[in-house]
Amino acid sequence: MMRASAIPILAGLAAATVPPVAAQDLSVGLKSEATSIDPQYHSLSTNNQVLQTIFEPLTSQNAVQELEPLLATSWEATDDTTWRFELRDDVTFHDGTPFTANDVIYTFCRVPMVQNSPSSFTLYMSSITSMTAEDDHTLIMETAEPNPLLPTDIVVLPILSAKALGGGDDITFAPNGECEGMGDVPQSPAFNDPEIAVGTGPYTFESWNRGNSLTLARYDDYWDGTPDWETVTLRPITSDGPRVASLLAGDVDMIENPPIQDVPRIEGEGFKVVSSLSNRIIYLHMFQDPEAEAPGISSPNGENPLLDPRVREAISLSINREAIAERIMGGYAEPAGELLPPPMFGTSGRDVDPYDPERAKELLAEAGYEDGFTVTLGAPNDRYINDEQIAQAIAQMLAQIGVTVNVDAMTASQFFSRRNNQDFPLWLAGWGAASGEMSSPLRSLVASWNPEAGLGTTNPGRYSNSEVDGLIVEAMATLDDAERESLLQEAETIALDEYGIIPLHYEVTVWAMAPELSYEPRRDQYTLVSEIKPAE
Amino acid sequence: MIVYLIRRFGQSVLSIAAMAVLVFLGVYAIGNPIDVLINPEATQAEIAATTARLGLDRPLYEQFGIFVWNALHGDLGNSFVYGRPAVDIILDRLPATMELAFVALILSVGLGVPLGVWAGLRPDSIAGRTIMGGSILGFSLPNFWQGMLLILIFAVLLGWLPAGGRGETTEFLGMRVSFLTLDGLSHLILPAINLALFKMSLIIRLARANTREVCLQDYVKFARAKGLSGRRVVLVHILKNIMIPVVTIIGLELGSMVAFAIVTETVFAWPGMGKLLIDSINLLDRPVIVAYLMLTVLIIVTINFVVDVIYSLLDPRIGLSEMKG
Repeated sequence: MMRASAIPILAGLAAATVPPVAAQDLSVGLKSEATSIDPQYHSLSTNNQVLQTIFEPLTSQNAVQELEPLLATSWEATDDTTWRFELRDDVTFHDGTPFTANDVIYTFCRVPMVQNSPSSFTLYMSSITSMTAEDDHTLIMETAEPNPLLPTDIVVLPILSAKALGGGDDITFAPNGECEGMGDVPQSPAFNDPEIAVGTGPYTFESWNRGNSLTLARYDDYWDGTPDWETVTLRPITSDGPRVASLLAGDVDMIENPPIQDVPRIEGEGFKVVSSLSNRIIYLHMFQDPEAEAPGISSPNGENPLLDPRVREAISLSINREAIAERIMGGYAEPAGELLPPPMFGTSGRDVDPYDPERAKELLAEAGYEDGFTVTLGAPNDRYINDEQIAQAIAQMLAQIGVTVNVDAMTASQFFSRRNNQDFPLWLAGWGAASGEMSSPLRSLVASWNPEAGLGTTNPGRYSNSEVDGLIVEAMATLDDAERESLLQEAETIALDEYGIIPLHYEVTVWAMAPELSYEPRRDQYTLVSEIKPAE
Repeated sequence: MIVYLIRRFGQSVLSIAAMAVLVFLGVYAIGNPIDVLINPEATQAEIAATTARLGLDRPLYEQFGIFVWNALHGDLGNSFVYGRPAVDIILDRLPATMELAFVALILSVGLGVPLGVWAGLRPDSIAGRTIMGGSILGFSLPNFWQGMLLILIFAVLLGWLPAGGRGETTEFLGMRVSFLTLDGLSHLILPAINLALFKMSLIIRLARANTREVCLQDYVKFARAKGLSGRRVVLVHILKNIMIPVVTIIGLELGSMVAFAIVTETVFAWPGMGKLLIDSINLLDRPVIVAYLMLTVLIIVTINFVVDVIYSLLDPRIGLSEMKG
């Protein structure tokens, strides 16, 4: 539908008029709208990035996804399954009540009690078997199995006020929503009331006019200094072109994800553009189940050529990642050699595969496919930056080594359904590592499909290597960071050596704003209002 | 009259039923909502639990059966995304769309009819030709492009009007409306013009063609010969007689404006039903998509019925009992 095409047409006519930011008021154009004000309703980055300015978690991640203290001042694992959290004692909720360990227990207890959640947060707290408050500002959490990622998991669980939600003063934790002393737990729609949506964050919830705007106001008694803006208005402007136009017209002071084609024009009008490498890898996955017949593939010998590591290597070597990053992505991507941009946790600094079509042809010949084969490449056309163009480029590059590729690009909702139904032999997709460490892509994309263990969830290609699985499982139970990192590195290296998955590039996330503002671009692609500052 | 009403009602029920089947099957074919809704890090067990909770693990016929049964009880289901009744979510958005459509309608009729009559009375004048030329433009510009152009000129270049959104709203007859405040009105102008231009062109051409035709009729000649003032001839004898086709078109187009203001709402980030539909399709929020389309059918059927009644008021020769619907 509507794309930004109309904007460049009159680019030459536009006179640069950058209106000044009205002091103290900030308005931000977002690509999508939160589905609820309840921070425990929908586990989705769109919701998290907005609600984490009203509610704050115990731990948080900084712009490069390193773990930092927030409502907890420090934490340590006292043994393999016990964690001790020291909480801040100078924090009050928006309604004036002090923040205590009881609020944390209430928050964690409520997670499984949220009804109708389209995507529940239980994932992030199901490892916890017990929570006890040693005193008002010391909390002990126990897990059944060692869980080194516990402090990272709880980044997405911002703390609610037990009092505002009608909870008791002395809640006892029990798993699976069987806590005692919870009172009548308000459900998600109740959070449209600012009396219920009470957090400790820098901004308080004012009003939400669905589809139009979400208004936040400064919390004057915020524990970490006075927030910068008197009021903040968040507006969902889902179409790219209108979002850019709103920035240019001065309706909003900042937007997320301007289309990269429009970036030169936005800069030309005197606006500021910042960007950062994200935690999202764009990759190729291949159907590698030796038991099943591969869909959408035809080879001279009738076999699935993708089962042969040499063929997979040939595919990787035939792709000119530099050309994709430069020409299709306009420089807003970086060729990838791993599943997460180094030096993030668990990366090994592995080199990007070279562009070597000659070697690729040799490999195909060695594997017995000197005449090539025909394969369908599935891709979404509205999910990742320029996704369909990338798929088309890859098809042309593979044609150079004799592999005929039919690109089948479709809207994201259809693509993901078909991919998860194993409809494609070869597909292009992306993965954002929410936790900011290697275990995230390894568990979901690379580990063998194993519903009992909850592994390989997004591995419809069924790549499987028991050695890799063992390393991942071991890493997930290793509390020592250095040891865990080396296990993850080893697992990743084996999987990439076999070309079980082919990394293409890391996406770069872009923000555009009035020159009076500054924003430190974030790896997790979040637009966090609390981090938008007046430029100095 | 009664026979006609009953027949008409039966037809409406049939078209709504046919719509239900088509929409349900169509939406079912797009994809599995779970794949879009759920956090990618969720485990297989969580995916299965959510699928079961939303009833998506049942076979198609069973899902359809449950849907029909609930719909007959006035329940079109809960939105997968918002967890609230789909109808409530749509009705939340209805005032915004209605307001936009009505303002656009007033613009297109208020300007379209006089311009069309003018062009019909003086087809060869410069003004008449200009009006017709303009109406061709209004027809042929793609709606979204025209919207972007309006934004570019009036918001980005001139800075007179905001580029999108709804602005300040006030409570009016229990609905939130924006035309009562200056800020709200300034947000309303561009999208209303964008939505109105096409309809206005349509009405101009219709009014012109009819005016030319009516002008040649004996009763107009006779009225002129009788020495009636030009104003009376136009206002009473011509205008009244060109209104029947115009009202038909207005009726049909109002329905489509309410139901399919999608492009305008998307371009101007107007929080109406059309934008909700687009967002819901992207998220595969089946209950909202189905409820929206059902509601749309209802609106269009109702408007057409009202148009038929207005016919009979405009032209006493038309009796409802004779109409074949």
